[in-house]
Amino acid sequence: MRRLHCLLAAALMLPVLALAEAGDDPLGSPAWLDLKPSFVGNARVVFDDRVKVSGPKIAEDSLNVPVGVRIEGLPDIERVLVVADLNPITKVLEFSPRGALPALYFRMKLQQASPIRALALTKDGIWHAGGIWIDAAGGGCTAPSIGRSNANWTATLNTVQAQAWENDQQSRLKLKIMHPMDTGLAPGIPAFYIEKLSLRDARGHEWMMLKTFEPVSENPVFSFDFVGRTPPGLVLSGHDNNGNLIHAKVAK
Amino acid sequence: MKLRTALLLLVFWLPLGALAESFDYRLSPYRVADDSYVFIGKTEDFTPANGGNIVNTAFIVTRDGVVVIDTGSTRRYGEQMRQAIAKVTPKPIIKVFNTHHHPDHFLGNQAFKDVPILALPATIAGEQAEGDAFANNVYRMAGDWALGTEPFPANQAVQPGHMTVGGHDLEIIGWGGHTAADMVIFDHTTGVLFAADLVFYNRAATTPHAVLANWFASLDRIQKIPFKVMVPGHGLPVMDNRAIDQTRNYLHWLDRTLRDAARNGAEMTEVLARPIPAEFSEIALVASEYSRSIAHLYRSYEAETLAPASH
Ligand SMILES: [Zn+2]
Repeated sequence: MRRLHCLLAAALMLPVLALAEAGDDPLGSPAWLDLKPSFVGNARVVFDDRVKVSGPKIAEDSLNVPVGVRIEGLPDIERVLVVADLNPITKVLEFSPRGALPALYFRMKLQQASPIRALALTKDGIWHAGGIWIDAAGGGCTAPSIGRSNANWTATLNTVQAQAWENDQQSRLKLKIMHPMDTGLAPGIPAFYIEKLSLRDARGHEWMMLKTFEPVSENPVFSFDFVGRTPPGLVLSGHDNNGNLIHAKVAK
Repeated sequence: MKLRTALLLLVFWLPLGALAESFDYRLSPYRVADDSYVFIGKTEDFTPANGGNIVNTAFIVTRDGVVVIDTGSTRRYGEQMRQAIAKVTPKPIIKVFNTHHHPDHFLGNQAFKDVPILALPATIAGEQAEGDAFANNVYRMAGDWALGTEPFPANQAVQPGHMTVGGHDLEIIGWGGHTAADMVIFDHTTGVLFAADLVFYNRAATTPHAVLANWFASLDRIQKIPFKVMVPGHGLPVMDNRAIDQTRNYLHWLDRTLRDAARNGAEMTEVLARPIPAEFSEIALVASEYSRSIAHLYRSYEAETLAPASH
């Protein structure tokens, strides 16, 4: 069974790579050829199954669609873009896994069915792409955030909750930041979202850098993975597009 | 968006043709006890092929007239239900109950506008608040079967207690867990228990408004009722506890799986990828409902694992 599986995979690999060289898109997205230059310019893009994107087949809650990006066995990654081709705002986030593993889990707003693709840039200037389609009922981006209807949202703005799970081999840090993450697409509510997050250890060394955009869900939750235990004294810092600062100790 | 609509049309155009012209649910009442009938829905999700005939609705023919329990997913369903009841009895319909505010249980209300429609207060509030969104959603999923379907919320609040209707001693019970208010009706005269969506049988339980701890408490209380026949909200009527046990076993597994995953730091997409135990493989739609339940419930389990970080 397993062998059959591998044979099938091998048979499928060849045409996929060939398509990639021809500039076509294995996700069959109608928008990708138009979008591609704005994200990667003229650089070469290869579709690479080491770039794994996970998520539900159908978005049950279009305001909180879980997405995981995990890259295994691809060295020298400089940064990773996550793009939702058919969302009204296509760029979801970007991360640079300095010392953390090249993996990130988050939730996003999805207005309609769309490819969700991750593009990893390696030091040689090549983009490695992977992705999935997620179907959606709609309403994710033009609906006002729920926190906005709660008068107390200003009291908790940018406060952080966190937890680490670790052993000697690996660790995970999960954190939640209270923020409306307004897209600016709901009538009368301007865009208001976290723009930048960084994880640094006690000595100031950066382990993860994250740029986030409007489609990231309200009160965002992120998970980061590390080899071995979490770096000592890890601090989360960052800001939103109104200049409000985020600062919290998130690990021992 | 346009492109997708075109694709959907291409996909559904061929198989729909013949069915769609008549929009006939072919409702045929199944007699479960004296005076007591059930229209048994398919154990499926809304599709353009089933038109939303995915729920059990019921009626009791009393001395003074007919009591209807839930009205189905669309205006057409409610109308056809009424025609099918008229073939069983010439008596008028005198009361309609909505067991809870989910679309498949009350969007047929339009066909019963001339009759008092009774529901628990929280159910009426839910029908008023979410009815429009539900009607749009049914139209999106079931297609033209739902044409002309508008939410018509229940118009009479009912409190739990006994009510004698045409010689039938009906006990109206207001519990919860599947939604904020789930009505169960026990007909002491016939021994038929209309459990609505607190009990699913061979169709996976749905959780968009669920609070599992309350649901477990309701199942324990249902089990104490000395029913002869139980009509679940979805799936075949039964004469013993098998449907209660199946619903409880599945929801216990769901609760345990999500709690353990959250405590271990799992992410939602990782929980989605977990296998479903073989013991549940016979239950219709178990994979898709498990996936939906993660969206409904996982974040609340996860919230319990996160602690405030200091500045
Ligand atoms: Zn229900």
